[in-house]
Amino acid sequence: MTTENKICFLHGMRDGSPIALGYFAVAFTLGIAARNAGLSAIQALIASALNNASAGEYAGFALIAAGSSYVETAIMTLVVNARYLLMSCALSQKLKPDTHLRHRMLIAYDVTDEIFGICVAQPGYLNPWYAYGAIAVAIPGWALGTFFGVIMGNVLPTRVVSALSVGLYGMFLAIIIPPARKDRVIAGVVAVGFAASFLVNRLPVFDGVSTGIKTIALTVALAFAAAVLFPTDTDKKSGAHAPDSENAPHSP
Amino acid sequence: MEHNIWIYLLVMAAVSYVIRMAPLVLIRKEITNKYLRSFLFYVPYATLAVMTFPAIMEATQVPAAGLCALIAGIILAWKGCSLFQVAVLCCTVAFLVELLPFF
Repeated sequence: MTTENKICFLHGMRDGSPIALGYFAVAFTLGIAARNAGLSAIQALIASALNNASAGEYAGFALIAAGSSYVETAIMTLVVNARYLLMSCALSQKLKPDTHLRHRMLIAYDVTDEIFGICVAQPGYLNPWYAYGAIAVAIPGWALGTFFGVIMGNVLPTRVVSALSVGLYGMFLAIIIPPARKDRVIAGVVAVGFAASFLVNRLPVFDGVSTGIKTIALTVALAFAAAVLFPTDTDKKSGAHAPDSENAPHSP
Repeated sequence: MEHNIWIYLLVMAAVSYVIRMAPLVLIRKEITNKYLRSFLFYVPYATLAVMTFPAIMEATQVPAAGLCALIAGIILAWKGCSLFQVAVLCCTVAFLVELLPFF
């Protein structure tokens, strides 16, 4: 590991720590769902270590509990986790084009809302080691949280679980608000996103639609509208094109 | 038919991984199309905003706690607080609001 990679790894661990804490709390409640579906603590631990997806795992556990078919489980996992497909597409543009296949395959293992969020927030190209640092602390938090959720059930006071679960959203805000402050279009996307998501979740018309589908549909609609109405300047805004401008703002 | 939990877990893990891996492995070049680039540029902001609200109000025991945490988080992030600070202070705000006697 070069010195630069080491520093990136440590930065990743630093930014991954609050994620790990939040994961632990959320996974704890996921563990309760896993236990209800008949999973042992070890099975729940492995499920979380391999899936890294809250909604996807919840859905999966529900299907296991209902004794659904494997095909149904596969389709449900695909639908609930489809937003990761979009995130990976976006993340592919944060990687240097010559990034090695093994790095691509390793990062793919843990493209979650939060890890994706901090990775795209990095200036310039993403150093894979930054992602590894974050993953190294986040996965144990997630997997162990699920494990203890199965074993300990409702030991942790609900007030504490409730307060901790807000931490993940706090992280999302820390990722989207600072760029929104600098860029009016991003601010608009965030504001419209809040409003549209609120409406879609509250209007009875959409009651039958799963949260995963709602998230995907709104994301695509918003990002599409913003891209058509306000296409970004080729070089200025794109993360992948910014590495030099960070260091040399006065270069011609 | 008797189902095996391990096979379920394998199916879930395989689907979750392939979804994430395919775009990262298949899209090796920088996308040059202006609109496609812009679309991918806006995806994170759109998706994180959509996932935050109103979900934050459903994460807490009382919706007001989540709402206060949201407002606090926006202000703190706007002021330039770090990821960790915003996350911890949001939790603190939610915890304190839920302690209030009228909830």
